[in-house]
Amino acid sequence: MSQKKSQAPKRSLGSKALIAVPFLWLVIFFLAPFFIVFKISLSEVAVAIPPYLPTFDLAEGWTGFVEALSGFSFENYIWLIEDDLYWKSYLSSAQIALISTLITLVVGYPIAYGMARSPKEWRPTLLMLVILPFWTSFLIRVYAWIGILKNEGLLNQLLLALGVINEPLVIMNTDLAVYIGIVYSYLPFLVLPLYASLEKLDISLLEAAEDLGCPPWKAFWKITLPLSIPGVVAGCFLVFIPAVGEFVIPDLLGGSNTLMIGKTLWVEFFSNRDWPVSSAVAVILLLILVVPIVLFQNHQQKLAEMQS
Amino acid sequence: MAKKTLGPVRREFTPWEDTAAEPFIEFRNVTKRFGDFVAVDNLSLKIYEREFFALLGGSGCGKTTMMRMLAGFETPTSGQIFLDGQDLAGIPAFRRPSNMMFQSYALFPHMSVENNIAFGLKQDKLPKSEIDDRVAEMLRLTKLEQFAKRKPHQLSGGQRQRVALARSLAKRPKVLLLDEPLGALDRKLREETQFELMALQEDLKMTFLIVTHDQEEAMTVADRIAVMDQGQLVQVATPAEIYETPNSKFVANFIGDVNLIETKVVEASPSQTRLEAMMGGFLIETDQTTSARPGDTVWYAIRPEKVRVAKGKAEPGSVNAVNGPVWDIAYLGDVSIIHAKIGEGDFDTLKSTFANVTRVVEDPITWYDDVVLTFDRNAGVILDR
Amino acid sequence: MRSGPTWFNVTSLVLGFTFLYLPIVILVIFSFNESRLVTVWGGFSTKWYVELFKNKQLLDAAWVTLKVAFLSASIATVLGTMAALVLVRSGRFVGRSLFSGMIFAPLVMPEVILGLSLLLLFVAMDQARGFWTVMIAHTTFAMCYVAVVVQSRLVGFDKSIEEAAEDLGCPPVRSFFLITLPIIFPGVLAGWMLAFTLSLDDLVIASFTTGPGATTLPMKIYSQVRLGVTPEINAICTILVVLVTFGVIAASLASKRQELQRAHDERAAFGAN
Repeated sequence: MSQKKSQAPKRSLGSKALIAVPFLWLVIFFLAPFFIVFKISLSEVAVAIPPYLPTFDLAEGWTGFVEALSGFSFENYIWLIEDDLYWKSYLSSAQIALISTLITLVVGYPIAYGMARSPKEWRPTLLMLVILPFWTSFLIRVYAWIGILKNEGLLNQLLLALGVINEPLVIMNTDLAVYIGIVYSYLPFLVLPLYASLEKLDISLLEAAEDLGCPPWKAFWKITLPLSIPGVVAGCFLVFIPAVGEFVIPDLLGGSNTLMIGKTLWVEFFSNRDWPVSSAVAVILLLILVVPIVLFQNHQQKLAEMQS
Repeated sequence: MAKKTLGPVRREFTPWEDTAAEPFIEFRNVTKRFGDFVAVDNLSLKIYEREFFALLGGSGCGKTTMMRMLAGFETPTSGQIFLDGQDLAGIPAFRRPSNMMFQSYALFPHMSVENNIAFGLKQDKLPKSEIDDRVAEMLRLTKLEQFAKRKPHQLSGGQRQRVALARSLAKRPKVLLLDEPLGALDRKLREETQFELMALQEDLKMTFLIVTHDQEEAMTVADRIAVMDQGQLVQVATPAEIYETPNSKFVANFIGDVNLIETKVVEASPSQTRLEAMMGGFLIETDQTTSARPGDTVWYAIRPEKVRVAKGKAEPGSVNAVNGPVWDIAYLGDVSIIHAKIGEGDFDTLKSTFANVTRVVEDPITWYDDVVLTFDRNAGVILDR
Repeated sequence: MRSGPTWFNVTSLVLGFTFLYLPIVILVIFSFNESRLVTVWGGFSTKWYVELFKNKQLLDAAWVTLKVAFLSASIATVLGTMAALVLVRSGRFVGRSLFSGMIFAPLVMPEVILGLSLLLLFVAMDQARGFWTVMIAHTTFAMCYVAVVVQSRLVGFDKSIEEAAEDLGCPPVRSFFLITLPIIFPGVLAGWMLAFTLSLDDLVIASFTTGPGATTLPMKIYSQVRLGVTPEINAICTILVVLVTFGVIAASLASKRQELQRAHDERAAFGAN
């Protein structure tokens, strides 16, 4: 009875303030900036500081807005379509993110499974070991791979010494290095939700399957895997979404022909100082990401509802 | 002539029979809706000072909502609630003169037992010496003296329950609200605590309102019980009245065990009523009168312990007696229950409960024995709803 | 189902954790390398750490980073805790789904977008960029993490404890500070620590929103990394890794000890009964 929500409760001043303060902060510093990004993506480049020509001024009010509307240029977007650098960047970002997500899943599933099936008293320690890298700097963890992967790096030294190869492998500054970097950096994001769903799995389900004549390897495919799908989906979203917009990894580990949209945006902004085009890139990236973000939100909501 | 009552008399206290008495707590046409769900439906109820009153019902019947409205955690959709003559509308929970003992106890986990008890007194900004005295008194009253410095998680379930009680009593509230107070205790401790609660209520001369789904608990502690169902009061009466003269099939079924016999009215005179049972076709005669007319369907509710059972057959044409073979026997230690099959249908059985007053039974009743079930003229009640 | 570890589980755990930790271990080892070449071992030395403490620019950057992290984590903790309370307690209100969307979106939003959009906001507001703009930017995304951490703590919180305080005469705001806050404090603290390390780590958003005189440590490290791997960077990375690792392990040991103590007390209490 007590769990039922009362409809439209009357709020005191205090609880209104409680909502208003974080709400306003987020509207000003999170939501409003997107509109500004959108606005600037419709303006023209200028050699000035800031390096764009404002196409409309909020002070002019509605008439100014209507006037400006006719003056809006979609040039930057047309530019994005005409120059194949951009759509190739988007495609290659999505591709790299997708492939890395799949590799992360293949690497992460056995780890999560091993954790969930480990003795109970080990689990908190293992869990902390997975979380710990998440607390250490992202930049440092990506940096650590440079010394390992470069031509005269430790991996090549080891393989040469073992006689596996005769010439150093070229991994650094290739897409492969980017895959390794993403898998390494985002592994905890996949392992954690997956572990959570595997750990909840009732062992007696597997015992029941065995009791009914299903061998353990088959029980894994028929019972464990289907029941861990929610964790798999959540983990994959958590890797895929941020990986699409990744900048540090392709910049440090990838080569000059590794195209990723985060890096393109960065270069456009910092090197070319083309704010309107980088804003347009951001708007498109955002539009592309809205789909997986909404799917992810729905998935999480469904999970929460199923549990309650 | 000896005085006749329903059951034993616990204490001479019947303010609700005095029409001039002012109610201490009054719900006046109170309705509470949560969205489309009507939790409390236009309900009026009067509770008197120093009464130990129980709200009894299944989950979702609205009993907890009633209590939470009185405490100030829910606002009635319509209607008024009065406490000691004061309309409670608009008074927030922290200014109401009632205190509540929560189902989960809701002890403050980061405070010691004494700080938990002192919490309410500190909110009233009482002088320190008075707070100390009152806390000491409460600790003594609930036998918690040696646990004063402990934190809640260092206490057992029974001790936590007593801390919650002490904390809610410390402010000497006008009314103490108890929300399923003993639900988390095991059976033995629960029974002990029920008697402690009753003694405490007598000593402190306070008004207690308890919400419970446990009919035994309500019967044990309360002066009066309100049985609730779907947001409405079904019957408000003393425990004995509720048990012996339930006003509906719902109450008869909810409280204790009962045989509900569907019958047809044969005769309805001002002095007696005669009914014919649908199953078994036997005749029931009672001094009770009914507004039903001959031919109407009514129910005859009779408690199993009021049905006597013996080997043999009923004489043809006898009333308040029926026979049949034994269908099932349950031995529960203190009592045994016998189900006799008296009709054709699978469920046409009548229950009889009897105390196992001897350890060794000679010539016991067993499966498929023919038994005769008899009862007194006024052992049961006629129910038309 | 066999209980106990099978060879498959043990192997996957060993390989998995080796993959997770080996790069960091190598990084730490080579910070003690005598040689300037980070990939050839030239003997043990702590000279790069000594160098580090002579590097004024690096120390300045570290100081700026710590100030930003401390301030932004503190403000983000206040705002994030408020947001968590709203999410768990406020029921329905106009804009609720917008509100929860704004809390969850920054968690998955690419940093380049967050950085760019905030920069453009500061430019539009004609705000000189520097320490304060970085601080605000970090507060904004860190508060969302704090909100999620505190929310998970609040969901498990028995609301009747707050009602009990109110029932005993304590007004809502006071009962939040007297009752709710002490109980959810571990969650709030964890939120603060997360916000602090996030701010400490951030390169992308800081690069967008910073201005002259407010170069943060990750920015410094990044610009040096682009010039090549040096033992000096290994050394500073090692210091950061060690600090964070100790912080996290200490915090989790403390909470674990508390839990053990609690379990012990509980057993004792029930045993005595």
